[in-house]
Amino acid sequence: MGTVPALLSLENLGITFGDHQVVTGLTLDMQPGEKLGLVGESGSGKSVTALSILRLVEGARYSGRLNFEGDDLLKKSERDMRALRGSRIAMIFQEPMTSLNPLFTVGNQVAEVLVTHESLTPKAAFDRAVELLEKTGIAEPARRARSFPHQLSGGQRQRAMIAMALACRPRLLIADEPTTALDVTIQAQVLELLDALQREYQMAVLFITHDLNLARRFTSRVGVMERGVLVELGKSADVLEHPTHPYTQRLVDSRPRRSVATPPQGSAPILTAEQLSVDFSVREGFFKRRRFAALDEVSLDLARGETVGIVGESGSGKTTLAMALLMLQKLDHGEVRLAGERLDNAGRKALVKARRRIQVVFQDPFASLSPRRTIEQIVGEGLEEHAPELDRSARRARVVAMLNEVGLSEERIPGLVQRYPHEFSGGQRQRIAVARAMIVNPEVLILDEPTSALDATVQRQVLALLTNLQQRYQMSYLFISHDLAVIRAMAHRVLVMKDGVIIEQANALELFAAPKTDYTRALIRAADLSDLAA
Amino acid sequence: MSSLDPISDVPQEAPHKAPQEVPQDAPAAAAEVVHPGATVPGPRAVAQVSLSPAARAWLRFRRNRLGYLSLRLLGVLIFLSAAAPLISNEHPLLARYDGKLYAPILHNPPELEFGGDFRTPTNWLDPFVRDQFAKPGNWTLFALNHYSSNTINFHSKIAHPAPPSSENWLGTDDRGRDVFARLLYGFALGIAFAACLTILATLVGIVVGAIQGFFGGWVDLGMQRFTEVWNALPTLYLLIILVAIFSPSILALILLFALFGWMALADYVRAEFLRNRGLEFVRGARAMGCSNFKIIWRHILPNSLTPVITFLPFRMSEGLLALTALDFLGLGVPPSFPSLGDLMRQGKDNLDAWWLSIPTMIVVVTTLLLLNFLGDAMRDAYDTRKS
Repeated sequence: MGTVPALLSLENLGITFGDHQVVTGLTLDMQPGEKLGLVGESGSGKSVTALSILRLVEGARYSGRLNFEGDDLLKKSERDMRALRGSRIAMIFQEPMTSLNPLFTVGNQVAEVLVTHESLTPKAAFDRAVELLEKTGIAEPARRARSFPHQLSGGQRQRAMIAMALACRPRLLIADEPTTALDVTIQAQVLELLDALQREYQMAVLFITHDLNLARRFTSRVGVMERGVLVELGKSADVLEHPTHPYTQRLVDSRPRRSVATPPQGSAPILTAEQLSVDFSVREGFFKRRRFAALDEVSLDLARGETVGIVGESGSGKTTLAMALLMLQKLDHGEVRLAGERLDNAGRKALVKARRRIQVVFQDPFASLSPRRTIEQIVGEGLEEHAPELDRSARRARVVAMLNEVGLSEERIPGLVQRYPHEFSGGQRQRIAVARAMIVNPEVLILDEPTSALDATVQRQVLALLTNLQQRYQMSYLFISHDLAVIRAMAHRVLVMKDGVIIEQANALELFAAPKTDYTRALIRAADLSDLAA
Repeated sequence: MSSLDPISDVPQEAPHKAPQEVPQDAPAAAAEVVHPGATVPGPRAVAQVSLSPAARAWLRFRRNRLGYLSLRLLGVLIFLSAAAPLISNEHPLLARYDGKLYAPILHNPPELEFGGDFRTPTNWLDPFVRDQFAKPGNWTLFALNHYSSNTINFHSKIAHPAPPSSENWLGTDDRGRDVFARLLYGFALGIAFAACLTILATLVGIVVGAIQGFFGGWVDLGMQRFTEVWNALPTLYLLIILVAIFSPSILALILLFALFGWMALADYVRAEFLRNRGLEFVRGARAMGCSNFKIIWRHILPNSLTPVITFLPFRMSEGLLALTALDFLGLGVPPSFPSLGDLMRQGKDNLDAWWLSIPTMIVVVTTLLLLNFLGDAMRDAYDTRKS
């Protein structure tokens, strides 16, 4: 790779925990000022690799060499490593809330790095911290430097993290999923900022992400990792346009593709909501309370067999809307009708009966199944509630049939129904969650970010499953997601929410082709759907 | 690795220790993302029935050798104390007199039967009775120790408290009662007391905490204020006053202690409920139309019991200590009952009678230590962050 000596070079790096090999034979060079991406799904070893460069992984054993500016970091003393961390090599983490100390102001935390590594006086360090914060585009840096992390928004926190990382002008910046926890529009801003600062500081950036789109936009070279092995490495455009390794091909291929059947025309809507309003009151001081509208006069209708997508950033009221439609959130105003029957003022008995017809699948596959119940108990619960006439064996037969339908079978997973959720992977859990909701034969299924926590290849399988089930049972989906690519693949109609209000609604294709509001345009631009031909 | 991590095929004595972790914890456990659509290579050695979370906690617990040893030792001690009447009893287990077989441990016949003059129940320590049974053809089979907790050794040649001898292995207390028997029965009573107290206080704590945590809002607020007021009452002071009013009985003591012992646990259960009621599987159960009781019973309670279970041994040791302390002050069980605290008080009053205080101290300290080791091990077993 030219005559310039590599800034960072991993030679045959291996990382093991106990007798578990996490990374195997990783060989990789980074030039000064280079932007290198490392992509892969969860468990591929990309984050462990990043942390290992700083030797921050507890209980790991290393083999091979890890050269930084000519020195083998694996041979350095802990003391030397401490001098290196935060000064020559800096790191940005995924979750800015948990990576900042909540007890200190942001300015203090940035200044601390300078005091430690550059022996500045606290006063001078704080002034530099304000300058750095200004550089990262935080408005009113002098005031913000005196704020605590919880007083900042997610994007501001990530900017503060970046300021902290850049404080000592590092040669290498490791960014581990730096934008994953942020909304798309903010994601774009943070990436632009990183890009500009990289150029200004002439530092190398190791960019770790699961998102191929981000890797393509941000990096010049990219490495693809699968289960601890680097399977492909090359120019980002080449690798992601013309992948040669089957795993990379599968990854590239796993972006959601539009597959929707035309819904039956002219039927009366199954679910209608009129002018739903939900207010939350927030405590401000001891006696003052501020009310804000989580939902403000939201109306929607959903036809049989139709999928309505709801997009919006965090805090836009998407989940509140779902909870309101499920009658799990008290309404302050408005009406919900399911097949013509009012739900919002239904009696207890009628409501329990109606619940069979409208079910929900949640986002987090780890929190959506009770860890202490078997799969049979979890999936069969709806039957106990809504088909009490079934006896145990009949119920079990229905459970097994339903699990088969979502692609989980006794042949592949022996003892399936007696297992507990912890034994299943994220994708399998999400299938179980779908089976749990589907077993009572609902007419409406509310999907609240059903694939956001899943890896791309798994996401694709779950989306395909959902499409299949919809076609077979003519169910209506209300599909909530912040991921425009997923919405575009699944929805007939799309509603865009912002601050508790629906600001735009249209047919999916129309909306993506010609968004009417600036906000939607910004969302679509940030999501970078250019490569997705419908 | 296959789509399922191999937790299910680990028998209890499996040599490898890795697979018991919960998936989130293991750095690479999320790697097994094989789906039914994909082909699964190789034969699958998976047991038919998988382990429940409780069974896995038990396996983790077993790996803690100190904790497991403590549990077994405590088991032995509790078994022995439950069998105390067979180990230390003033009445023989079996006796034969003039060709007739008696079981005095069940029914003590009057002295008349054995050639005595009175209709009173036989005193088996009486030299006359002993002589009768020393005659050929007659015999007695005594328990290991010839004294019950209240048997007074009237025939001791030394003033009470008497030092250890072949007759009284650990000597006698200041009223001539056998210290070994007192210790054994006192331990049994203390453990039974602590167990009852723990069960009662835990039940009250769970119910109160569950109601607070599940319903939240004003219910929570009101009950929390009440708990705080209740907590502020000086327990020992109240106990002393109440003991002075009502004649102290064991049942009254258990009820009194339980009345003031549930608050700490209620706080934990409340916090767990507050956390768990917002989880998605609970919302899912609501969306399914499950009743509040069902949601609490099936979904929240089983997932909220970790602090309850890990607290049990500590609560037991607290209960035992509380009773001992109260008895030490002379405010606990009536004097006729055997009690560790009472022995300690006697030890304090008779400083030269080391056989009163030292064995008691050893019993109390050992029991508390074992309970604490047990509690530590249980806490570790239920802490999924530890592998």
